[in-house]
Amino acid sequence: MSVLPYLVVAWLVLCGLYGIVTSRNLVHLVICLSVVQSSTYVLLLAIGYRKHGLAPIFVDISPHSPVVDPVMQALTLTDIVVEATVSALLLALTVQAKKRFGSVDPAELDPLKG
Amino acid sequence: MSLAVRRRVFLVAAAGFGALIVWGLTGLPDFGVEIGHLGTRIAHAAVPERHVTAAVSAINFDYRAFDTLGEEFILFTAAAGVALLLRSGRGERERPHIDASPDRQVPETSDLVRVFGVGLIGFTLLLGLYVVFHGHLTPGGGFQGGVVLAAAVLVVYLAGEWVSAGRLRPVAAMEALEATGAAGFAALGLAGLVAGRAFFQNVLPLGRSGQLLSGGTIPLGNLTVGLEVMGALLLVFSEFLEQALLLRRRS
Repeated sequence: MSVLPYLVVAWLVLCGLYGIVTSRNLVHLVICLSVVQSSTYVLLLAIGYRKHGLAPIFVDISPHSPVVDPVMQALTLTDIVVEATVSALLLALTVQAKKRFGSVDPAELDPLKG
Repeated sequence: MSLAVRRRVFLVAAAGFGALIVWGLTGLPDFGVEIGHLGTRIAHAAVPERHVTAAVSAINFDYRAFDTLGEEFILFTAAAGVALLLRSGRGERERPHIDASPDRQVPETSDLVRVFGVGLIGFTLLLGLYVVFHGHLTPGGGFQGGVVLAAAVLVVYLAGEWVSAGRLRPVAAMEALEATGAAGFAALGLAGLVAGRAFFQNVLPLGRSGQLLSGGTIPLGNLTVGLEVMGALLLVFSEFLEQALLLRRRS
Protein backbone atom coordinates (compact mmCIF):
# COMPACT_ATOMS: atom_id res chain seq x y z
CA MET A 1 0.00 0.00 0.00
CA SER A 2 2.95 2.32 -0.44
CA VAL A 3 1.21 4.37 -3.14
CA LEU A 4 -1.88 5.05 -1.00
CA PRO A 5 -0.74 8.50 0.31
CA TYR A 6 -0.05 9.63 -3.24
CA LEU A 7 -3.44 8.41 -4.42
CA VAL A 8 -5.04 10.39 -1.57
CA VAL A 9 -3.22 13.47 -2.93
CA ALA A 10 -4.58 12.95 -6.46
CA TRP A 11 -8.07 12.27 -5.04
CA LEU A 12 -8.06 15.48 -2.96
CA VAL A 13 -6.95 17.59 -5.95
CA LEU A 14 -9.66 16.18 -8.21
CA CYS A 15 -12.38 16.31 -5.53
CA GLY A 16 -11.59 19.95 -4.78
CA LEU A 17 -11.44 20.89 -8.46
CA TYR A 18 -14.81 19.24 -9.08
CA GLY A 19 -16.25 21.29 -6.24
CA ILE A 20 -14.77 24.50 -7.63
CA VAL A 21 -16.08 23.87 -11.14
CA THR A 22 -19.62 22.98 -10.07
CA SER A 23 -19.88 25.39 -7.13
CA ARG A 24 -23.03 27.48 -6.78
CA ASN A 25 -21.83 29.47 -3.78
CA LEU A 26 -18.62 31.46 -3.35
CA VAL A 27 -18.15 30.37 0.29
CA HIS A 28 -18.42 26.75 -0.84
CA LEU A 29 -15.93 27.53 -3.60
CA VAL A 30 -13.38 28.89 -1.10
CA ILE A 31 -13.74 25.73 0.99
CA CYS A 32 -13.24 23.59 -2.14
CA LEU A 33 -10.07 25.53 -2.86
CA SER A 34 -8.79 24.71 0.62
CA VAL A 35 -9.53 21.04 -0.09
CA VAL A 36 -7.27 21.31 -3.16
CA GLN A 37 -4.62 23.03 -1.05
CA SER A 38 -4.85 20.39 1.65
CA SER A 39 -3.64 17.86 -0.92
CA THR A 40 -0.28 19.63 -0.84
CA TYR A 41 -0.02 19.06 2.92
CA VAL A 42 -0.55 15.34 2.38
CA LEU A 43 1.99 15.35 -0.46
CA LEU A 44 4.66 17.22 1.55
CA LEU A 45 4.18 15.06 4.64
CA ALA A 46 4.18 11.88 2.53
CA ILE A 47 7.47 12.89 0.91
CA GLY A 48 8.92 13.67 4.33
CA TYR A 49 7.86 10.36 5.87
CA ARG A 50 10.59 7.86 6.75
CA LYS A 51 9.83 4.24 7.52
CA HIS A 52 10.13 3.74 11.30
CA GLY A 53 10.96 7.44 11.67
CA LEU A 54 10.07 9.17 14.93
CA ALA A 55 8.79 12.74 15.34
CA PRO A 56 11.73 15.17 15.07
CA ILE A 57 11.48 16.19 18.74
CA PHE A 58 14.61 15.22 20.60
CA VAL A 59 13.29 15.57 24.15
CA ASP A 60 13.29 11.90 25.09
CA ILE A 61 14.93 10.23 22.11
CA SER A 62 18.60 10.00 21.18
CA PRO A 63 19.84 12.87 18.96
CA HIS A 64 20.76 10.27 16.35
CA SER A 65 17.46 8.38 16.16
CA PRO A 66 15.90 8.05 12.71
CA VAL A 67 13.27 10.78 12.37
CA VAL A 68 10.87 11.92 9.66
CA ASP A 69 11.98 14.88 7.55
CA PRO A 70 11.52 18.11 9.58
CA VAL A 71 12.10 20.31 6.51
CA MET A 72 8.91 18.96 4.93
CA GLN A 73 7.02 19.62 8.16
CA ALA A 74 8.30 23.20 8.21
CA LEU A 75 7.20 23.62 4.59
CA THR A 76 3.76 22.24 5.48
CA LEU A 77 3.50 24.92 8.15
CA THR A 78 4.28 27.58 5.54
CA ASP A 79 1.69 25.99 3.28
CA ILE A 80 -1.00 26.15 5.97
CA VAL A 81 -0.26 29.83 6.62
CA VAL A 82 -0.58 30.59 2.92
CA GLU A 83 -3.83 28.62 2.72
CA ALA A 84 -5.29 30.53 5.67
CA THR A 85 -4.40 33.91 4.16
CA VAL A 86 -5.74 32.99 0.73
CA SER A 87 -9.03 31.83 2.28
CA ALA A 88 -9.32 35.01 4.34
CA LEU A 89 -8.76 37.23 1.30
CA LEU A 90 -11.19 35.26 -0.87
CA LEU A 91 -13.86 35.35 1.83
CA ALA A 92 -13.41 39.12 2.09
CA LEU A 93 -13.88 39.31 -1.67
CA THR A 94 -17.01 37.17 -1.27
CA VAL A 95 -18.44 39.71 1.15
CA GLN A 96 -17.72 42.42 -1.40
CA ALA A 97 -19.24 40.37 -4.23
CA LYS A 98 -22.42 39.90 -2.20
CA LYS A 99 -22.61 43.65 -1.61
CA ARG A 100 -21.98 44.54 -5.22
CA PHE A 101 -23.96 41.88 -7.07
CA GLY A 102 -26.39 40.87 -4.36
CA SER A 103 -25.52 37.20 -4.84
CA VAL A 104 -22.84 34.69 -3.92
CA ASP A 105 -23.58 32.43 -6.88
CA PRO A 106 -20.59 32.57 -9.26
CA ALA A 107 -22.97 32.12 -12.22
CA GLU A 108 -24.77 35.34 -11.34
CA LEU A 109 -21.65 37.50 -11.13
CA ASP A 110 -21.76 39.67 -14.21
CA PRO A 111 -18.24 40.50 -15.36
CA LEU A 112 -19.47 43.62 -17.16
CA LYS A 113 -20.92 45.07 -13.99
CA GLY A 114 -17.65 45.01 -12.04
CA MET B 1 -22.25 27.48 -19.79
CA SER B 2 -24.89 25.44 -18.02
CA LEU B 3 -23.98 23.35 -15.00
CA ALA B 4 -24.48 20.04 -16.81
CA VAL B 5 -22.25 21.05 -19.72
CA ARG B 6 -19.66 22.43 -17.34
CA ARG B 7 -19.65 19.17 -15.37
CA ARG B 8 -19.21 17.12 -18.54
CA VAL B 9 -16.32 19.30 -19.76
CA PHE B 10 -14.73 19.03 -16.33
CA LEU B 11 -15.01 15.23 -16.22
CA VAL B 12 -13.21 14.93 -19.57
CA ALA B 13 -10.49 17.35 -18.50
CA ALA B 14 -10.23 15.78 -15.03
CA ALA B 15 -9.70 12.32 -16.51
CA GLY B 16 -6.67 13.60 -18.42
CA PHE B 17 -5.42 15.75 -15.56
CA GLY B 18 -5.92 12.95 -13.05
CA ALA B 19 -3.98 10.54 -15.25
CA LEU B 20 -1.15 13.07 -15.45
CA ILE B 21 -1.08 13.54 -11.67
CA VAL B 22 -1.05 9.80 -11.01
CA TRP B 23 1.65 9.32 -13.66
CA GLY B 24 3.72 12.10 -12.05
CA LEU B 25 3.24 10.73 -8.55
CA THR B 26 4.22 7.19 -9.54
CA GLY B 27 7.59 8.62 -10.58
CA LEU B 28 8.25 9.63 -6.96
CA PRO B 29 10.43 7.42 -4.76
CA ASP B 30 8.55 4.85 -2.66
CA PHE B 31 6.63 6.07 0.36
CA GLY B 32 8.85 6.11 3.45
CA VAL B 33 12.16 6.02 1.59
CA GLU B 34 14.70 8.73 2.38
CA ILE B 35 14.87 11.32 -0.42
CA GLY B 36 18.11 13.28 -0.10
CA HIS B 37 19.92 13.73 3.18
CA LEU B 38 19.03 17.33 4.00
CA GLY B 39 16.15 16.56 6.35
CA THR B 40 18.00 13.98 8.41
CA ARG B 41 21.15 16.10 8.56
CA ILE B 42 19.28 19.18 9.79
CA ALA B 43 17.25 17.11 12.26
CA HIS B 44 20.41 15.64 13.74
CA ALA B 45 22.19 19.01 13.76
CA ALA B 46 19.43 20.83 15.68
CA VAL B 47 20.47 19.62 19.14
CA PRO B 48 24.29 19.85 18.84
CA GLU B 49 24.35 23.07 16.78
CA ARG B 50 21.40 25.07 18.09
CA HIS B 51 20.61 23.40 21.44
CA VAL B 52 16.89 23.12 20.63
CA THR B 53 14.96 19.86 20.83
CA ALA B 54 12.25 20.70 18.27
CA ALA B 55 13.87 20.38 14.85
CA VAL B 56 10.97 22.03 13.03
CA SER B 57 11.38 25.20 15.12
CA ALA B 58 15.13 25.17 14.50
CA ILE B 59 14.41 25.13 10.77
CA ASN B 60 11.66 27.75 10.82
CA PHE B 61 13.34 30.24 13.12
CA ASP B 62 17.01 29.66 12.40
CA TYR B 63 18.08 27.71 9.32
CA ARG B 64 15.12 28.93 7.26
CA ALA B 65 14.37 32.11 9.22
CA PHE B 66 14.70 34.25 6.10
CA ASP B 67 11.84 32.29 4.48
CA THR B 68 9.80 32.62 7.64
CA LEU B 69 10.24 36.39 7.41
CA GLY B 70 8.61 36.26 3.98
CA GLU B 71 5.91 33.92 5.27
CA GLU B 72 5.19 36.28 8.13
CA PHE B 73 4.82 39.20 5.78
CA ILE B 74 2.42 37.19 3.61
CA LEU B 75 0.20 37.00 6.67
CA PHE B 76 0.78 40.68 7.44
CA THR B 77 -0.13 41.73 3.90
CA ALA B 78 -3.17 39.45 3.80
CA ALA B 79 -4.51 40.88 7.06
CA ALA B 80 -4.00 44.37 5.68
CA GLY B 81 -5.72 43.29 2.46
CA VAL B 82 -8.76 41.89 4.29
CA ALA B 83 -9.01 45.06 6.38
CA LEU B 84 -8.78 47.19 3.25
CA LEU B 85 -11.36 45.16 1.33
CA LEU B 86 -13.90 45.15 4.13
CA ARG B 87 -13.31 48.70 5.29
CA SER B 88 -13.91 50.14 1.87
CA GLY B 89 -17.38 48.62 2.21
CA ARG B 90 -18.11 50.54 5.36
CA GLY B 91 -18.82 53.70 3.44
CA GLU B 92 -21.81 51.90 1.97
CA ARG B 93 -23.37 51.66 5.41
CA GLU B 94 -25.01 55.02 4.98
CA ARG B 95 -27.20 53.85 2.14
CA PRO B 96 -30.61 52.45 3.08
CA HIS B 97 -30.35 48.69 3.33
CA ILE B 98 -33.19 46.34 2.50
CA ASP B 99 -33.13 43.36 4.85
CA ALA B 100 -34.08 40.26 2.88
CA SER B 101 -35.72 38.64 5.91
CA PRO B 102 -36.60 41.32 8.46
CA ASP B 103 -38.63 38.95 10.64
CA ARG B 104 -35.91 36.32 11.14
CA GLN B 105 -35.00 35.38 14.69
CA VAL B 106 -31.42 36.08 15.70
CA PRO B 107 -30.69 33.62 18.52
CA GLU B 108 -29.46 35.04 21.82
CA THR B 109 -26.23 33.61 23.26
CA SER B 110 -27.30 30.96 25.76
CA ASP B 111 -26.19 31.11 29.40
CA LEU B 112 -24.43 27.77 29.05
CA VAL B 113 -22.22 29.12 26.26
CA ARG B 114 -21.48 32.22 28.37
CA VAL B 115 -20.49 30.25 31.48
CA PHE B 116 -18.28 27.78 29.60
CA GLY B 117 -16.83 30.59 27.51
CA VAL B 118 -15.75 32.56 30.55
CA GLY B 119 -14.23 29.41 32.03
CA LEU B 120 -12.40 28.63 28.79
CA ILE B 121 -10.73 32.02 28.36
CA GLY B 122 -8.05 31.43 31.00
CA PHE B 123 -7.27 27.89 29.86
CA THR B 124 -7.03 28.89 26.20
CA LEU B 125 -4.75 31.84 26.97
CA LEU B 126 -2.51 29.61 29.11
CA LEU B 127 -2.38 26.92 26.42
CA GLY B 128 -1.50 29.52 23.77
CA LEU B 129 1.29 31.00 25.88
CA TYR B 130 2.60 27.48 26.67
CA VAL B 131 2.67 26.54 22.98
CA VAL B 132 4.47 29.79 22.07
CA PHE B 133 7.06 29.63 24.85
CA HIS B 134 7.84 25.93 24.42
CA GLY B 135 8.07 26.12 20.63
CA HIS B 136 11.78 25.31 20.65
CA LEU B 137 11.35 22.34 23.02
CA THR B 138 8.18 20.51 22.02
CA PRO B 139 5.81 20.55 19.03
CA GLY B 140 4.27 23.97 18.53
CA GLY B 141 5.72 27.43 18.18
CA GLY B 142 4.79 30.94 17.25
CA PHE B 143 2.39 30.15 14.42
CA GLN B 144 0.44 27.48 16.29
CA GLY B 145 0.46 29.33 19.61
CA GLY B 146 -0.56 32.57 17.94
CA VAL B 147 -3.66 30.87 16.54
CA VAL B 148 -4.57 29.51 19.99
CA LEU B 149 -4.08 32.98 21.53
CA ALA B 150 -6.34 34.50 18.90
CA ALA B 151 -8.90 31.79 19.69
CA ALA B 152 -8.81 32.84 23.37
CA VAL B 153 -9.92 36.33 22.38
CA LEU B 154 -12.60 34.85 20.11
CA VAL B 155 -13.97 32.95 23.12
CA VAL B 156 -14.42 36.34 24.79
CA TYR B 157 -16.58 37.33 21.85
CA LEU B 158 -18.49 34.05 21.98
CA ALA B 159 -19.20 34.47 25.70
CA GLY B 160 -19.94 38.16 25.58
CA GLU B 161 -20.29 40.86 23.03
CA TRP B 162 -17.78 42.22 20.59
CA VAL B 163 -16.54 45.64 21.63
CA SER B 164 -15.86 47.50 18.42
CA ALA B 165 -15.53 51.03 19.76
CA GLY B 166 -14.96 52.84 23.02
CA ARG B 167 -11.86 53.61 24.98
CA LEU B 168 -10.31 50.18 24.68
CA ARG B 169 -10.12 50.32 20.86
CA PRO B 170 -9.29 46.62 20.33
CA VAL B 171 -8.70 47.13 16.62
CA ALA B 172 -5.91 49.63 17.31
CA ALA B 173 -4.43 47.23 19.88
CA MET B 174 -4.58 44.36 17.36
CA GLU B 175 -2.86 46.43 14.71
CA ALA B 176 -0.17 47.42 17.23
CA LEU B 177 0.25 43.76 18.25
CA GLU B 178 0.58 42.63 14.65
CA ALA B 179 3.03 45.39 13.73
CA THR B 180 5.13 44.81 16.87
CA GLY B 181 5.38 41.10 16.12
CA ALA B 182 6.31 41.59 12.47
CA ALA B 183 8.85 44.31 13.25
CA GLY B 184 10.28 42.28 16.15
CA PHE B 185 10.96 39.30 13.93
CA ALA B 186 12.61 41.50 11.29
CA ALA B 187 14.68 43.07 14.09
CA LEU B 188 15.92 39.59 15.06
CA GLY B 189 17.27 39.26 11.54
CA LEU B 190 18.93 42.65 11.74
CA ALA B 191 20.47 41.68 15.09
CA GLY B 192 22.67 39.26 13.18
CA LEU B 193 23.86 42.06 10.91
CA VAL B 194 24.45 44.41 13.86
CA ALA B 195 26.60 41.74 15.48
CA GLY B 196 28.70 41.75 12.31
CA ARG B 197 27.45 38.36 11.09
CA ALA B 198 24.87 37.09 8.62
CA PHE B 199 21.20 38.14 8.46
CA PHE B 200 19.24 36.00 10.96
CA GLN B 201 22.38 34.41 12.34
CA ASN B 202 21.78 33.17 15.87
CA VAL B 203 23.74 35.70 17.95
CA LEU B 204 22.44 35.03 21.47
CA PRO B 205 23.97 32.48 23.88
CA LEU B 206 22.53 29.04 23.11
CA GLY B 207 22.13 27.80 26.68
CA ARG B 208 21.55 24.16 27.62
CA SER B 209 19.28 22.19 25.31
CA GLY B 210 15.98 21.20 26.89
CA GLN B 211 15.84 24.34 29.04
CA LEU B 212 13.25 27.08 28.55
CA LEU B 213 16.02 29.62 27.94
CA SER B 214 17.95 27.89 25.18
CA GLY B 215 18.36 28.12 21.44
CA GLY B 216 19.49 31.76 21.32
CA THR B 217 17.14 33.77 19.12
CA ILE B 218 14.78 30.84 18.36
CA PRO B 219 12.43 31.38 21.37
CA LEU B 220 12.39 35.11 20.58
CA GLY B 221 11.45 34.28 17.01
CA ASN B 222 8.59 32.13 18.30
CA LEU B 223 7.42 34.93 20.58
CA THR B 224 7.45 37.66 17.93
CA VAL B 225 5.78 35.45 15.33
CA GLY B 226 3.21 34.40 17.95
CA LEU B 227 2.30 38.04 18.58
CA GLU B 228 2.15 38.76 14.87
CA VAL B 229 -0.07 35.77 14.09
CA MET B 230 -2.36 36.60 17.01
CA GLY B 231 -2.67 40.22 15.91
CA ALA B 232 -3.20 39.37 12.24
CA LEU B 233 -5.85 36.71 12.91
CA LEU B 234 -7.68 38.94 15.39
CA LEU B 235 -7.68 41.73 12.84
CA VAL B 236 -9.11 39.39 10.16
CA PHE B 237 -11.71 37.94 12.57
CA SER B 238 -12.75 41.35 13.84
CA GLU B 239 -13.25 42.66 10.31
CA PHE B 240 -15.52 39.72 9.47
CA LEU B 241 -17.32 39.95 12.82
CA GLU B 242 -17.95 43.61 12.23
CA GLN B 243 -19.64 42.73 8.94
CA ALA B 244 -21.80 40.15 10.74
CA LEU B 245 -22.67 42.58 13.54
CA LEU B 246 -23.56 45.19 10.95
CA LEU B 247 -26.24 42.82 9.68
CA ARG B 248 -27.35 41.92 13.19
CA ARG B 249 -27.75 45.52 14.31
CA ARG B 250 -29.93 46.30 11.32
CA SER B 251 -32.35 43.51 12.12
